[in-house]
Amino acid sequence: MTINWDLVWSSLGPILMGAVTGTIPLALASFGLGLLLALLIALMRLSRNPVFAAIARIYISVIRGTPLLVQLFVIFYGLPSIGVTISPWPSAIIAFSLNVGGYAAEVIRAAILSVPKGQWEAGHTIGMSRRQSLVRIILPQAARVSVPPLSNTFISLVKDTSLASLILVTELFRQAQQVAAFSQEFMLLYLEAAVIYWVVCLVLAGGQSVLEKRLDRYVAH
Amino acid sequence: MSPTESTLPDDSALLAVRELRKAFGSHEVLKSVDIDVRRGEVVALIGPSGSGKTTVLRCLNGLEIPDDGVVDFVGQLAVDFSAPVSKKQLASLRDRSAMVFQHYNLFPHKTVLENIIEGPVQVQKRPKAEAIAAARELLARVGLEGKEKSYPFELSGGQQQRVGIVRALALRPQLLLFDEPTSALDPELVGDVLTVIKELADEGWTMVVVTHELAFARQVADEVIFMDGGVVVERGHPDTVLRDPREERTRQFVDRLLNPF
Repeated sequence: MTINWDLVWSSLGPILMGAVTGTIPLALASFGLGLLLALLIALMRLSRNPVFAAIARIYISVIRGTPLLVQLFVIFYGLPSIGVTISPWPSAIIAFSLNVGGYAAEVIRAAILSVPKGQWEAGHTIGMSRRQSLVRIILPQAARVSVPPLSNTFISLVKDTSLASLILVTELFRQAQQVAAFSQEFMLLYLEAAVIYWVVCLVLAGGQSVLEKRLDRYVAH
Repeated sequence: MSPTESTLPDDSALLAVRELRKAFGSHEVLKSVDIDVRRGEVVALIGPSGSGKTTVLRCLNGLEIPDDGVVDFVGQLAVDFSAPVSKKQLASLRDRSAMVFQHYNLFPHKTVLENIIEGPVQVQKRPKAEAIAAARELLARVGLEGKEKSYPFELSGGQQQRVGIVRALALRPQLLLFDEPTSALDPELVGDVLTVIKELADEGWTMVVVTHELAFARQVADEVIFMDGGVVVERGHPDTVLRDPREERTRQFVDRLLNPF
C-alpha cells in the first residue's frame, strides 16, 4: 500500500478545522456543563433528603445503563416526534453534558467522601456553615483527588464527540468521512482521523500532569 | 491576647451543663452528665476510652447534638435539648467555644496563616490585615514565627498542634476545648504542646481539656472530673481526685495510668 501524501496534506486542513470548530468546542462546552450538573447530582446523592438522593441515584443509573449513542438519538431523532425539535449542535451538547453529568457525579461523590470527616468538623468549629465548609474546605481537597478520574472522563468525551457526526454536527470525524467518501481512501482518512484524536488526547494527558503537580504542592511526597 | 473581656467578676460561672444525655443507637454514651465551669477555670476530663469524655466536649461545640439536657452559657444563652433546637441556636452555642482536635485537623490545602485567618476573615468578617496581624502575634507566642507560609505537611506533629491551638485562639472564643491534644504526638513533642496550654491557662483562658496526661492535669487543672461509663464518677481538686480519690473506680484508673505494667 502506498500512501497518498498529497491527500494527507490536502485533507489535513478540513479535518483540523473540524477539530478546532467542532470536536474541541463541543468537548469543552459539554464537559463544563456536565461538571456543573455532576456536582449538583453528587450533592443530591450525598444529601440527607431521601427524595434528592433517589433522583440522583436513578439519574446516574439511567445514564450509565444506556448507550451514549442511544441518548444522542433520543434527543435528536426522538424528541421531534413529541414536538421538540433541537438542532444538531445543541442536541449534541445536551446529550454529552447529560452523559458527563452521570459519570462525573460518581467521581465527585467519591472525591468528596475521600476527604476526612475531621475536615468538616474543623470547618464547623471555626464557625462555618456546611455550605461554607463544602466550598472552602472540602471541594478544593476533593478537586485534587478527582483530577485523574475526571481527566479520564474528559478524554473519553473528546473521543465520544465523534458520535455527533451521526447527527450531522460538522466535527473532526465527519470531515474525515466526507473526504473519505469523496476520495474512496477510507483506510488513509480514518487513520489520519485516529492520529489527530490521539494527538489531542496526548495534549490533554499532558495538561492533566501539569494540573496534578499544581494541586499536589500541599501534599507530602 | 486575652480571653474575652467581661464586666463580670473573674470567677463567675461561665458554663453550666445539666443532665446531658447522648446515645448512639442503643448505646448510651452519656447518662446525665453535669459540669460547671467558671471563668478562667481549667477543667480536666479524664477517664477510660469509651467513658464519654470526648462526647461531652463535642456536645459543647455542637459537633454532636445531645439527646437531652441543657447547655447554659450563664446569662448569655441556654440551649435546652429536650426540645428540637434551631440551627441558629446551635450556631450561637458553637461560636462560644473552639475545639482543638486530637489529630489537629488543619486544612492541608491552606498555609499556616490561611488556616488561622480562615475563621476570623471568612466567618467573623474581621478585616484581613487585622486578622493577619493577630495571627502573626499568636504564632510568635507559640514559637512558630516564620512558619506563616508553610503548609501543614511541612510541620512536625507538635508544630501542627500548636497551629491548631492558634487557629482556635484566633476565633476569640470564651471557652477552649481540647480533645486529647497530645495523644497523637510523638512523646518528645508532647511537652511543647502542654507548655503552650499551660501558658494559656496562666493567662486566664477558660478551658476544658480531655487528657490522659495526669501530671499535666494535676499541675494545670483547677478541677478534675473522672468519667466512666457515661457518668461522672468523681470530681474535685486535682490533688484529691488524682492522689486520694474517694471512689474505687477512680483509684483503679489512676493506678493503671501511673503504673501501666
